[in-house]
Amino acid sequence: MNIQEAKFQYLLRLGDSSLIIGHRLSEWCGHGPILEEDIALINIALDFVGNATSLLAYAGQTEGKGRDEDALAYLRDEREFRNLLITEQPNGDFASTMARQFLFDTYMFFLYEELKNSKDETVAAIAVKSHKEITYHLRHATEWMLRLGDGTTESHERLQSGLNDLWMFTSEMFDMDEVDAMLIKEGFAPDLNKVKTAWEKRVKEVIAEATLQIPTSTFKQKGSKEGKHTEYLGFLLAEMQYVHREYPGAKW
Amino acid sequence: MEDTQWPVWEVFVQGNPGIPHKHVGNVHAPDAEMAIQNARDVYTRRSEGISIWVVPSNAISASSPEDQGAFFEPSNDKPYRHPTFYKIPDGVKYL
Repeated sequence: MNIQEAKFQYLLRLGDSSLIIGHRLSEWCGHGPILEEDIALINIALDFVGNATSLLAYAGQTEGKGRDEDALAYLRDEREFRNLLITEQPNGDFASTMARQFLFDTYMFFLYEELKNSKDETVAAIAVKSHKEITYHLRHATEWMLRLGDGTTESHERLQSGLNDLWMFTSEMFDMDEVDAMLIKEGFAPDLNKVKTAWEKRVKEVIAEATLQIPTSTFKQKGSKEGKHTEYLGFLLAEMQYVHREYPGAKW
Repeated sequence: MEDTQWPVWEVFVQGNPGIPHKHVGNVHAPDAEMAIQNARDVYTRRSEGISIWVVPSNAISASSPEDQGAFFEPSNDKPYRHPTFYKIPDGVKYL
């Protein structure tokens, strides 16, 4: 693998994670528990899709085969996607969505804090812009963690069960392979061990404050770096890509 | 029927430094912190402001419509309370 291929892979990982979690959140549109929360969820979804647009556009340039962000988003199949498994997990109930957002937003918050220092100017610029948005996303998810966790018996149980179900997808967020090794050396990407330490600390603090328990399961599910996904991604892509594939280049 | 909605908060947004916060509408929220977040999402998505205040709606005391006559109409026949009532002499500068 050469450095250009490594950068392309890395940008896909970042961009795909944002695109897929953004699409998942957009499924809440019109289904939010109240109007204000519906708007909040969709604002956040839009931030993710905007971030994905920048990253996938840059990925396409880096690849140099003439694919733009739309081609990458709409014309790749499941096994070509590099999003983290946690981002494709179904919304479940509101508590479960908030658990997923909290675990992922915390990761993204610390990852993008590091990416701001990337030696690649485009990555650094995208990270600076996105970090402001992520700061709000994390705040939003954290406030809900505290209120649902330390709320009623039912909200507590639902949130705990959401955390328990998603826990096995968190460890792959910090896995590093050849791509990471090459790009860390280049100053393009950060060492994820640093992100992991910060993530674990913050997640433990919030879970404790929300009167919840750190899940005890030690099973780890991984595969996204090789394009091996859970059964949910295919259905998501079918819905997300349908219009573009049916009407290529459609505009409105 | 019991009202199952969260309490209502009135939202005030300051557009620029130094100018007053202006009432822009209201949001439902379980508490003040969430009211600020909801207000941010509903009212400041397009760079409308730099500061948000939220106030529980039930903390606002308002004049009632019946008071309209007694409160406001007496000023209708007192045009001399407006600066435009007065003619400015020709010689006056800086007014």
